[in-house]
Amino acid sequence: MTIEFDNNQPIYLQIMNYMKGEIVTGKLKPGDKIPSVRELAAELQINPNTVQRTFQELERETIVETRRGMGRYVTGNEETILTIKKEMAQDVLDRFIRGMQELGFQSEEILAAVAENIEIRTKP
Amino acid sequence: MDRILQVQNVTKKYGSKHALRGVSFGLSAGKIVGLLGSNGSGKTTLMKLIAGLAQPTSGGISVLGVPVGEASKSLVSFMPDRPLTESWMKVEDALRFQQDFYPDFDPGKAKRMLEFMKLSERDKVRTLSKGMGERLQLTLALSRRAKLYVMDEPIGGVDPVARTNILNALMEFYEEDSTILLSTHLVTDIERIFDEVMFIKEGELVLHSEVEELRLQRGKSIDELFREVYAEC
Repeated sequence: MTIEFDNNQPIYLQIMNYMKGEIVTGKLKPGDKIPSVRELAAELQINPNTVQRTFQELERETIVETRRGMGRYVTGNEETILTIKKEMAQDVLDRFIRGMQELGFQSEEILAAVAENIEIRTKP
Repeated sequence: MDRILQVQNVTKKYGSKHALRGVSFGLSAGKIVGLLGSNGSGKTTLMKLIAGLAQPTSGGISVLGVPVGEASKSLVSFMPDRPLTESWMKVEDALRFQQDFYPDFDPGKAKRMLEFMKLSERDKVRTLSKGMGERLQLTLALSRRAKLYVMDEPIGGVDPVARTNILNALMEFYEEDSTILLSTHLVTDIERIFDEVMFIKEGELVLHSEVEELRLQRGKSIDELFREVYAEC
């Protein structure tokens, strides 16, 4: 896997978002084993403690589970994954709406612009 | 967590000139710590004091509670900014030299590192490129099973590709329960491997913090902070 890191943001948050992305898009499936701290640190060329922190946070949010002596796995709970997906969607929406408002668009105009764009994209 | 290194109010004067002024900090086990500073800020002096190659004018340094001196040298592996190898040596001679000096030298690890670094034991030290030379120095330093690794500019003189290789080797071969103190003035390439950074400026420690906290609090990269702190130098 490759992540374009932004050194201005905490690295562990960036890896978290990346892993969540892989999970909600199904590239990592429920019950899949995820790499070890050491493997991922070597692959991404970052500090193992940073990866450790990422995994701890993912565990805290119950997206990832540790099975004693076997490693870490993506949660089998589809509801948890759906919740993450909604949260990520909310982030995208927040950013989009804020951006449009900053450009001076009113609510109706934003809705119209979205509808129009979706229509363009779904045309053959 | 275990305190690996304790530096207590250390001052070092060369004649009337202060190289270090009242430096105090502690490092715990399992950390990779960047010692950042522009040229002449006191990085090398501090590292030499920790390695026991020079004495502080005042103040004290201890490694795992052992005051720096003969006894601490078995706990600290030092990679100086100039090679310790002699020009007649082959790589294998350099390894044997290190093995003679340090009982904690692990020949098996050295072999694995050489392979990773694409160095051959038959290579002549004199004919190695600068990048290969730095890889050898890193192999010599990291092949010891030490508690504290002190590395003075391990990526100083090499191009970005060689730098990446050296960083990979560092991540691959460092012992997770030991601590690495690594000095550099090239921050961008390396800031992702640090747990903590220390900024040293004109002999004084001006900042010591966890890197992720810095990013979180200031929304800036370590490189940006570095440029701010040293802007007027």
